[in-house]
Amino acid sequence: MPPPHRPKLGVFKFASCDGCQLTLLDCEDDLLAVTDRVEIADFREASSRVLEGPYDLSLVEGSITVPSDLERVAEIRAQSRVLVTIGACATAGGIQALRNFGDVDEFRRIVYAHPEFIQTLATSTPIKDHVPVDFELRGCPIDKGQLLEVISAYLGGRAPNVPTESVCIECKRRGQVCVVVARGTPCLGPVTQSGCGAICPGFHRGCYGCFGPQDTPNTVSMVHHLSKLGMEPAAVMRIFRTFNAMAPAFRAAGDEAQKESVP
Amino acid sequence: MSDSIAVGGRYVLERAEFPRFLLALHEAGFRVVGPTVRDGAIVYGEIREESDLPIGWTDRQAAGQYRLERRADSALFGYNVGPHSWKKYLFPAGERLWTAVRKDGSFEVHPEPVDPTPLAFLGVRACELAAMGVSDHVFAKAGDPSYAERRRRVVRIAVQCGQSGGTCFCVSMGTGPAVRTGHDLSLTEVIEANRHFFLVEIGSDAGAALLSGVPLRVAPEGDANAARAQVDRAAASMGRTMDTDGLRDLLVNNPEHPRWEIVARRCLSCTNCTMACPTCFCQTTEEVPDLSGEEVERRRRWDSCYNSGFSAVHGTSIRATTQSRYRQWLTHKLATWHDQFGESGCVGCGRCITWCPVGIDLTEETAAIRIQPAPAPVPA
Repeated sequence: MPPPHRPKLGVFKFASCDGCQLTLLDCEDDLLAVTDRVEIADFREASSRVLEGPYDLSLVEGSITVPSDLERVAEIRAQSRVLVTIGACATAGGIQALRNFGDVDEFRRIVYAHPEFIQTLATSTPIKDHVPVDFELRGCPIDKGQLLEVISAYLGGRAPNVPTESVCIECKRRGQVCVVVARGTPCLGPVTQSGCGAICPGFHRGCYGCFGPQDTPNTVSMVHHLSKLGMEPAAVMRIFRTFNAMAPAFRAAGDEAQKESVP
Repeated sequence: MSDSIAVGGRYVLERAEFPRFLLALHEAGFRVVGPTVRDGAIVYGEIREESDLPIGWTDRQAAGQYRLERRADSALFGYNVGPHSWKKYLFPAGERLWTAVRKDGSFEVHPEPVDPTPLAFLGVRACELAAMGVSDHVFAKAGDPSYAERRRRVVRIAVQCGQSGGTCFCVSMGTGPAVRTGHDLSLTEVIEANRHFFLVEIGSDAGAALLSGVPLRVAPEGDANAARAQVDRAAASMGRTMDTDGLRDLLVNNPEHPRWEIVARRCLSCTNCTMACPTCFCQTTEEVPDLSGEEVERRRRWDSCYNSGFSAVHGTSIRATTQSRYRQWLTHKLATWHDQFGESGCVGCGRCITWCPVGIDLTEETAAIRIQPAPAPVPA
């Protein structure tokens, strides 16, 4: 029984690669089911037709990196009944949060002929640092099935069923062979949240931590084991400083490894 | 000769005739699953022909470590248990239980049918037969229909161990290495200087029926002795031991032992031990509606006591720390399983030791608790 009114969906972007909002377009057959149930009111990547707010459900991609973002994110929040952030940029600052460990003024001077034209913040930060967020969907990029679950849960008036367990459980459910145990390959699976379907171990690669920390990550034991597998502290630092470098547990692990690194 | 084959009989199947045996299983309509090399390990998968078996392969196992290695001979079953267990066929990692569809202002429930193809498990070890026994009791107590239906369709062709892995301790748990009960057939692979054969022991009428048209001859005493020597060798080379004397009480009486905190520093709470364990049965069921709200599926999948969500009651995990989760797992497996099901939940296969990424070893943990147990409680 379709509801009498289709909720309005907004999809908004901050600093990001667009991959997460593309996941919605990648829903293919399911996309038609989505548009049956929600009205796409503002989704610039999909349509130039833009309806005014307020929006019932907003999906927000990207991190806050320039001064104008601050105003815009506050406006989007004000226009949104439910605001869900999607992807590592929106939930943890993304790979661009690596600037947080460097000197942005120096980058600006090196990269741009006229650095004075560039307005940027010193840090890349997740949306939740600036406005209240109703739900965070992790991943770099997010998983299509989990995105549909979030939309479906919104429509059903229930909490999304998005587990916060480790990648290992997905890896094992798929019947894959552990790359750490059988190959000695460093892998962040034990400390990383599931959702991707354990893709990398399925191709004999270690997990890169795209979905950020699982809910009880023991990064101290993980780092100790990565060292036993032969990773130097600098390499340990780098493996934690990728897409979710500013997620607190990964940040702490990266910072600890940095202290041990030979400069 | 197959007419005279009876339970308890012992026969010789020459190595060269093994494909005939495999063919007989396929011709009897079985989907044969057994050991095969994939992704750097010996896992369980489809066995269509003899070359699917891990011929000439073995493994070296230690805490947190597994390596595939070449054998000096061409044994078909010359390995120790790997990352998979048979539970994946009886209690799949994920399955749909039923679908409900809206109809005429109400809804209809359609149960999910179970695949009716009979399965032949080829290469079941003694500890794995024991594990299936444990699972049978658990799922029977729960009255689980899909497990029972799958289980009914399985014949079990055991293969005796001729060696032990670095993390094996079935002797301590009293589950092996000799296959004594629960098998339909049991094979012992014997490789001598100029001979390679299987001693076939008949465990059930269903097992005897599998041998129709397979060239066998009654085993001479010498061949039976050679097979027994294989199993004796495995028994004498266990990689681990566990002292089970008073183990239930030891664990139940030591909930605050300092060792739990020490092991929790290493434990990743990643669930690997529970996924690899052949008896861990924790699961979650969830309703998954489609976007239209017209149809909903009930699915279940493997869950683990190492997940915070597993013990979440009204949104709060009652086992918030890794320490409490490790303690829960170990005390359930080795102690309170006795209270719940009248036996131990551990069969000594060693998978949890090998497949723990950081190599936590339950035999070491229980030994550490035994060294310094808590003082006996003062009677009230």
